[in-house]
Amino acid sequence: MIKNISNLGDAALYCDFGNEVNKSINSHVIKYFKTIKEKKFEGINNLTPSYNKLIISFDLKKTNFKEVKHYVENIDAKDSQDINSKKLEIPVCCHENFSMDIKRLEEILKLSREKILENFLNKEYFCYMTGFIAGMPFLGDLDENMRAQRLETPRVKVPKGSVALTEQFANIYTFESPGGWNILGNTPLDVFDSSKEDKPNLINPGDTVIFKEITLDQYKNYNEQ
Amino acid sequence: MSSNYLDIIRPGINTTFQDKGRDHLYHIGIPFSGAMDSRNYFIANKLVNNDLDSAVIEFAYQGPHIKYSGEKINFAITGDVIFSIKRKDTEIEGNCYESYQIENGDEINIISTNKSVYGYLALGGELDLKFQWNSCSVNTKANIGSNDGKKLDVGQRVNLKKINSNKDIKKTNYINTKIENIRVIKGTNFDYFSEVGKKIFFEKEFTVTKLSDRMGMRLEGPKIDNIVNTNIKSEGLIKGVIQVPADGNPIIMLSDHGTIGGYPKIGVVASVDYDRLVQMSPGSKIKFKEINLSDAETLFKLYEMETQNLLSQI
Repeated sequence: MIKNISNLGDAALYCDFGNEVNKSINSHVIKYFKTIKEKKFEGINNLTPSYNKLIISFDLKKTNFKEVKHYVENIDAKDSQDINSKKLEIPVCCHENFSMDIKRLEEILKLSREKILENFLNKEYFCYMTGFIAGMPFLGDLDENMRAQRLETPRVKVPKGSVALTEQFANIYTFESPGGWNILGNTPLDVFDSSKEDKPNLINPGDTVIFKEITLDQYKNYNEQ
Repeated sequence: MSSNYLDIIRPGINTTFQDKGRDHLYHIGIPFSGAMDSRNYFIANKLVNNDLDSAVIEFAYQGPHIKYSGEKINFAITGDVIFSIKRKDTEIEGNCYESYQIENGDEINIISTNKSVYGYLALGGELDLKFQWNSCSVNTKANIGSNDGKKLDVGQRVNLKKINSNKDIKKTNYINTKIENIRVIKGTNFDYFSEVGKKIFFEKEFTVTKLSDRMGMRLEGPKIDNIVNTNIKSEGLIKGVIQVPADGNPIIMLSDHGTIGGYPKIGVVASVDYDRLVQMSPGSKIKFKEINLSDAETLFKLYEMETQNLLSQI
């Protein structure tokens, strides 16, 4: 549940659900996010769910902090063990062409390439949130022995489709962008497609993702089938 | 195709189509975008008898040089901008906040913004642009919006769908006021910073650096010391949030910002000062002044009334 609501500036609510990162807290965040989004409260123009916070920003010409706070405090957030959450299989190619940080990961994690892939692939990860760049999913949690810090110096350009790790999380770079996560492979899937206005994101908060390995040939042929 | 169009002779440094922006998309990672300085954006549209939320051409520093072809049309430029209008062999210097009528073959040459960043060019009519999520606003980082999400390019042609029949010439005497103090509400991680750091934030001067664009404004000044943690678990951002990463230099989130971030938030710029903040060019000095929520709300109301008042007089 929401532990505290404060103001983030004069045009947003900062709803704090706690400090830990886990599925249970995040489910509450998503529950509030979905409920408020459906109700379309006049003046609220954006909702940003994250691991354990929900930021609600509003148009100061139409409403204000007090009104929105009152609204959120009295809302009946419906349990959304909902039908909309999906389970998705994401093909990933971990050929050396793509796994740019495998050597680094081998050194940090003190695991072989094979062991790293075995630990990472074919497991269920929960989508906590999407964002930073359009459609980027933040997935977790990685096994305890798979957790590495981000690069000391971020790359200026991370290739589109890169599947990368940091701490207990995995993500997918939906388009070329700067970034400092440890790159393990690449997916040929379009994880974000701005031409699909009603559903641009393949993966949404609350979804479950499983990475399945594909070969370089399968990767190359993926979009030609 | 269209018989009324603009040819881009020189695109300028960062020239994009913008409108009111797009909302309800932060949760998928798409920021608001839209015209950076909304007051100047609205005035530009009003001066050419457009709906206030029509698409305009936003430029930063050096603007575009444009050749117009077609039937007579009005245009207006807002901001603090130096530009000229060329008809055959005559070139005249143009004034901001005044509409002009141009005809087939005329050129508009937007030389630069003056001690500011953004300017707006509105044409009396409707630009033929692709909309994504109810907005033509270009976000060049995610390639979203009209023009394939890209800046204007040299040699490009921009068509007009329609030209306003109301061709009344309009003028207003608006002057962009510069401010030295940017009013700020304490952020959710204010207490992450040392007592000295907090004092520095509200008392010392910061300089706007060149590493500033539509996504964010990076500042340089005395280091703001963090005593708790230099990172937080990533969470949502809004425009105006001031984050302080480990190097101690503040970054202010602007209209194309990343939707989530993991640096502590020391403050948030009050909405009343946003339009003027974005106009501060590299080298400008900023001082932050603390205000509380209710003062920020009142000041915004007054600012909004002033904007409406300005618009109603045009």
